Amino acid sequence: MKKAIIGRKLGMTQIFNEEGQLIPVTVIEAGPCKVVQIKNDEVEGYKAVQLGYKQVKESKITKPIKGHFEKFNVDYMKILREFRLDDTSDLEVGQEIKADVFADGDKIDVTGTTKGKGFAGVIKRHGQSTGPMAHGSKYHRSPGSMGGSSSPSRVRKGKKLPGHMGNVKVTVQNLEVVKVDLDRNLLLVKGAVPGIRGSLVTIKDTVKNSK
Amino acid sequence: MNILDIIGKEQLREIPKFNVGDTVKVHVKVVEGKRERIQIFEGVVLKRQNGGIQETFTVRKISYGVGVERTFPLHSPRIDQIEVIRKGKVRRARLYYLRDRIGKAAKVKEKM
Repeated sequence: MKKAIIGRKLGMTQIFNEEGQLIPVTVIEAGPCKVVQIKNDEVEGYKAVQLGYKQVKESKITKPIKGHFEKFNVDYMKILREFRLDDTSDLEVGQEIKADVFADGDKIDVTGTTKGKGFAGVIKRHGQSTGPMAHGSKYHRSPGSMGGSSSPSRVRKGKKLPGHMGNVKVTVQNLEVVKVDLDRNLLLVKGAVPGIRGSLVTIKDTVKNSK
Repeated sequence: MNILDIIGKEQLREIPKFNVGDTVKVHVKVVEGKRERIQIFEGVVLKRQNGGIQETFTVRKISYGVGVERTFPLHSPRIDQIEVIRKGKVRRARLYYLRDRIGKAAKVKEKM
């Protein structure tokens, strides 16, 4: 990984490209972030950068975190996230990271928290199909067989059952940056990104081998 | 104003005023290999949907006895020009009833 930024999902819209094709895009307000801490091989044993997002008042943060900011002499930030990078030599503490770390056409991975769906059945949660709703059928939305009674005489591990769905951290890989708008700190990303409007997302260059 | 609306607004193009029921000529840019030419699609506007940058309109024409409907994004750069030929007098927002009619019955009255 070479670059990363923290942002906020603003919502989806569509834009026309040069060929006149309509592209669905997610608008992400990316940064401006600040480098709070740089971790290196000598001290921490690995290379990483800690970014801060959204400046806040002193009263909004706790005392231990305040000490952390004061140690590196940077503004108080609401959100701190760490990213493992291959190379941190061109970064310095207090440096501002803006949307222009990415360029048009870059491939990125976006991580966010998905919308919570509550306690969901197998049809919604695992995409199973429904049983017949009529003709005397009493099997409508059930999860199916639990397994044989004599063999294996237990429920197999990983049996798809109802439960809580959504509200989990999900990464969407290999999305394309359609446009970077530096004046408004916006990234326009082709396709959908997890989470509700206004939710926090982290953006990294993709782990996929894109040519 | 919402940033999404602003992004949409930046892409809006100047479109002549036309309504459902009007007969229009849509000049569409068609790319054939490397050459680009203009194709004209003429017919009655059946409906206009959505708003802002998402707005689309559907044009219906009869081509060799077969009804053909084409939906265009209103602000698409592929549309070179929209010409309004005739104003129609209609009492519906969606002229789906035209699909069941043929010949003279499928005509929209002209607005004077």
